[in-house]
Amino acid sequence: MIPAAFDYLRPATLDEAIALLELHGADAKVLAGGHSLVPVMKLRLAQPKTVIDISSVADLSYVREQGDKIAIGAMTTHYDIEASPLLRDTCPLLTELAPQIGDAQVRNRGTIGGSLVHADPAADWPAAILALDADLEIAGSNGRRAVKATEFFVGMMETVVQSSEILCEIRVPTTARSVAYVKFAQRASGFAIAGVAVVVDGANKTVSVGVTGVAARPYRALAVESVLRGKVLNRDAIDQAAGIAAEGVEPLDDIHASAAFRAHLVQVNTRRALEVAVSRG
Amino acid sequence: MKTVVNIRVNGVEQKHEVEPRTLLVHFLRDCCRLTGTHVGCETSICGACTVLFEGKAVKSCTLLAVQADGSEVTTIEGLAGDGRLHPVQEGFWERHGLQCGYCTPGMIMMAVQLLERNPKPTREEISHAIEGNLCRCTGYSHIIDAIEYAARKIAEVKK
Ligand SMILES: Cc1cc2nc3c(=O)[nH]c(=O)nc-3n(C[C@H](O)[C@H](O)[C@H](O)COP(=O)(O)OP(=O)(O)OC[C@H]3O[C@@H](n4cnc5c(N)ncnc54)[C@H](O)[C@@H]3O)c2cc1C
Ligand code: FES
Ligand code: FES
Repeated sequence: MIPAAFDYLRPATLDEAIALLELHGADAKVLAGGHSLVPVMKLRLAQPKTVIDISSVADLSYVREQGDKIAIGAMTTHYDIEASPLLRDTCPLLTELAPQIGDAQVRNRGTIGGSLVHADPAADWPAAILALDADLEIAGSNGRRAVKATEFFVGMMETVVQSSEILCEIRVPTTARSVAYVKFAQRASGFAIAGVAVVVDGANKTVSVGVTGVAARPYRALAVESVLRGKVLNRDAIDQAAGIAAEGVEPLDDIHASAAFRAHLVQVNTRRALEVAVSRG
Repeated sequence: MKTVVNIRVNGVEQKHEVEPRTLLVHFLRDCCRLTGTHVGCETSICGACTVLFEGKAVKSCTLLAVQADGSEVTTIEGLAGDGRLHPVQEGFWERHGLQCGYCTPGMIMMAVQLLERNPKPTREEISHAIEGNLCRCTGYSHIIDAIEYAARKIAEVKK
């Protein structure tokens, strides 16, 4: 399995990368860790004429404090997030989720930015990014813009990032320890058939719930969030809320799971994630 | 169009002209003639092609050779030195960590990285670390024994 032929470019700066993307238009593809793009190129599902490798672009891989947020460079690998002491202390949902992605080799190469822009409906990061209400910073020839996680995902494998733009940073809030990510994984790849990320804010009596794997695009389970607002999170309240985790969504139906099974799994995992998060509070 | 790719493989500079679409595993096997790295599934699942890229375990069927231009790569051929097996290789020998041997180079490279990051892993941590390496023969328990053996051996040598 060999990809179709292409030209390979490795720019050293973000401006240069964006200029190359503008020049080569829709025939060009950004290459980050390559752990989604290279497999689809080998299958010839993607045949870009030009591949623009952004791994040498300076300062796209970092985890650092920025005001009251934590800023993560788009080229930060899943492993670097898993192993970040700063994130373990300040945003433990990310360090809990990272080691559940694929396998060790995939986590050494795959990047959070690549995963988000690829927008595979079964990818893990979108659940956490939604539950954390993250901000995503996108660079293009007209400068930078920031979008909310809830506005980022457009549809299956589609986001607001345009073909000549580069996602450069993800900003997440710091949280308490009352968070959890629970997924039911596809056995061979580890991709999520139903993944639920939960952030419980004990002080404000709110919860936020991000769901991936279930529908064509990841979503916030707003119905669950709204029935739990201001409530004491006991067994009954959690059971009742988890029961509506698939409300208003059309679950995917494919070889991995039927729509009915996915609707069931998301309820179970929402309940489990809420229970775990509350127990950590 | 061909391009020159220069990778330090097991400490030796390897400079070859390849197409950008050449996968790292083919660069290693066909250009460098280092056939210890195996090709199993070709679909990023089995881990038989695992090598160390800048010290990190990667599936060389899922990396382009051009991505590794200017970097260091270590393959199974680079582990033994002075006629002595690497402790992980010794562990696989002593604890019967292989049968057909197809998965072995990848398993060993993965185990080398694991023990660098975590010198005293539990059996559970070892299983988690080799999730991306499939073995159709051993049932894994001897592989885990082999890696535990290597961890003890490395700790002894360090003393
Ligand atoms: C065997 C295997 C198992 C896996 N299991 C899981 C799993 O369990 N869960 C999971 O979530 N994922 C899984 N993945 C996917 C993995 O996490 C990928 O690494 C990730 O989806 C893509 O990140 P990347 O850096 O490799 O991106 P690439 O493959 O380099 O790029 C992906 C796409 O995004 C674009 N892109 C990348 N970065 C940017 C950027 N900064 N700005 C603009 N566009 C960009 C590219 O043009 C391309 O279209 C698995 C992959 C493999 C091979
Ligand atoms: S051959 Fe590379 S993972 Fe199977
Ligand atoms: S020893 Fe045969 S595949 Fe592992």
